Amino acid sequence: MNNPNRKRFSLTPALPSLISILIGLLAGIIVILIADSSKALLAVRNLLLGPLYGIYNPNQSSLTGIGNMLFFMIPLLMTGLSVGFAFKTGLFNIGASGQFLAGSYVAILLARKLTGIPNSWRWLIALFGAALAGMLLAGIAGILKAFRNVNEVITSIMLNYISMYLVNYLIRATGLYDPLKNRTLPVQTEIPKFGLDKLFPKSFVSGGILIAIAIAIICYVLLYKTTFGFELRAVGLNRHASRYAGINEKRSIIMSMALAGLFAGMAGGMIHLAGVGRAIQVRDVLPPEGFDGIAVALLGLNHPLGIIFASLFMAYLKVGGQTIQTLGFAPEIINMMIGIILYVSAMAVLIRKLLSIRAKKRSETKTLDNSTGEPYAAYDPPDPGATAAAEKLPSESEHINNMATSVVQEEIKENNHG
Amino acid sequence: MVRIADIFQSVLTYAIPLMVVALAGMFSERSGVINISLEGTMIMGAFTGILFIHTMQRTDLLSGHLLLLTGLLISMVTGIIYSSLHAIAAINMFADQTISGTALNIFAPAFAVFVARSIIGVQQIPLGNVFRIAKVPGLAEIPILGPLFFENAYLTTYIGIAILIISQIVLSKTRFGLRLKSAGEYPQATDAAGVSVVKMRYAGVLISGALAGLGGLIYVVPISTEFSPDVAGYGFLAIAVMIFGQWKPLYIAAAAFFFGALKTISFSYSSLPVIKDWNIPGIVYKVLPYVITIVVLFLTSRKSAAPSALGEPFDKGKR
Repeated sequence: MNNPNRKRFSLTPALPSLISILIGLLAGIIVILIADSSKALLAVRNLLLGPLYGIYNPNQSSLTGIGNMLFFMIPLLMTGLSVGFAFKTGLFNIGASGQFLAGSYVAILLARKLTGIPNSWRWLIALFGAALAGMLLAGIAGILKAFRNVNEVITSIMLNYISMYLVNYLIRATGLYDPLKNRTLPVQTEIPKFGLDKLFPKSFVSGGILIAIAIAIICYVLLYKTTFGFELRAVGLNRHASRYAGINEKRSIIMSMALAGLFAGMAGGMIHLAGVGRAIQVRDVLPPEGFDGIAVALLGLNHPLGIIFASLFMAYLKVGGQTIQTLGFAPEIINMMIGIILYVSAMAVLIRKLLSIRAKKRSETKTLDNSTGEPYAAYDPPDPGATAAAEKLPSESEHINNMATSVVQEEIKENNHG
Repeated sequence: MVRIADIFQSVLTYAIPLMVVALAGMFSERSGVINISLEGTMIMGAFTGILFIHTMQRTDLLSGHLLLLTGLLISMVTGIIYSSLHAIAAINMFADQTISGTALNIFAPAFAVFVARSIIGVQQIPLGNVFRIAKVPGLAEIPILGPLFFENAYLTTYIGIAILIISQIVLSKTRFGLRLKSAGEYPQATDAAGVSVVKMRYAGVLISGALAGLGGLIYVVPISTEFSPDVAGYGFLAIAVMIFGQWKPLYIAAAAFFFGALKTISFSYSSLPVIKDWNIPGIVYKVLPYVITIVVLFLTSRKSAAPSALGEPFDKGKR
């Protein structure tokens, strides 16, 4: 690689995400304008500033608004991590919704049934159970993928519905059903606030957000600083090459999927143990959190630290959506925007290609200016490995990781030589 | 006493939309494009079709089966338009097909709810259910077949069966069908033979959109009197049917019928004669279609019938 700029920190990898966010926001504003132009200005202001300044409720301080945002961030961050982590191994975890639901159920079950255990400990056990439930569910998809090469997308979709029907059935069967409200009974157990409630008074904020951020950082270390994480990413880039290099690719696939399920299950546990009165509604609808996670992961470039920012942004959008509800706009506008953002970021490959063409042109003119450089340097074919990866667009979702591809391939090369 | 004919008709009302949408998925996947957005396309198709029927029923401009047929046409056009978004992303823009499909799935219900609330005020669109045919004159008198197919029937059932027959003929007997399949199996060879892979894939995705839009309306009309933008995961179930049917029209029809039967049992197992005595909890029938799909995937994974170029954007320069 004769490109010294590659490893320098820059915003370029995030550009497609920023472009899609911009397009999504613009589309949302246009929809607001079409729906009711008389209130549009106010709505756009509330949408953008509401989460920060508490326009939603003028009596609350901006810290309350931010506290609420941090609460909405919890499931987005965890499901985002779930989807993003699996993406790193080339797996598309569309089953985060089902895992989230399974985790929610187990958390509520344990929190209500384990009355023998003191309150201060019960949340931890309930959260652990939630994580385990998500892990088991996703593990099925992982095992099928590893041993029989069954497409994990299809298995996950099927598992989503299995989880939905089973949970709805079990809520009644295990006596957690509140027939008046058609949902689960309230849970008293909650995750400690770790003093956050003093920092963000009167808000929904929960200690779960600290746990979630800690997990995101652990994810980052795991993926980028350990051999295990390196193996996971290598399998994501090329399953067969990884096996040839001596990586147990079956184990990597199962572990990646199981951990993804663990995060999604924990998301369900965290949200229902946050002490804000959330309950599972008993109806045949999948929780939207898992699908939000897909958008979060993509916007965050499947990088744990990027996902933290992406989930914060999505939480901001969600709270903004609630603030415009008071003006008579349906909050669905936010999901429309998420859909558009996701649609545009699905084309990230194209955007990156366009960006790289521009970058190439720039370097061409540079080389021509410096007549000291080799005249043909600019026309040298780019690194064949990177191009092949960029052009290959494998059947799964790996190509999202294009930007990381070249870097990791270098690492693989180094490893092979060393 | 529940008549066998009643049960059969109930099975048909679930099976026909499933079959049509699974065939929709098949056309797209056979051309090499993963179409996970069937659910979203169904919602869009059902939404515009029902919005149209609702408006017409209030103003009395159109009625009867002419209204239903126009509604179906509108659903199809909506499906084509909506799926063209997927086609552009998947074929021209080299987008990740699963993700662009997921995006369309997220967008559709939000859009439908938003527009419904803006136009009608609530998200449920009422629908006068007047399309049932009590007895098809003449044909209902045929012994056995008469009560099964020609009593308490819906026009949509016959349309569904017609779509099945046409799909089977198109896919296996026409030049277009063979080219479509080749685009999904080995696009480079298709291209070398002088057939445009891009055109074939567009055709696949747009046919898929038309059928999925139609399937959305077919799903709603017989079973409900209002539409709150949602098709209860039928689009995803249709993907299961398509896989269970191994991407082949006749197998898909059989799979849809089987899934429809399970669905009927899960709703009414407590009143069905023999099944009532088995004392199996309803949850088993609800979960069974999905479990069976996973089992089938597990068993057939070694020799999967999935098109071999499925999900790969076509790149002319690639060898």
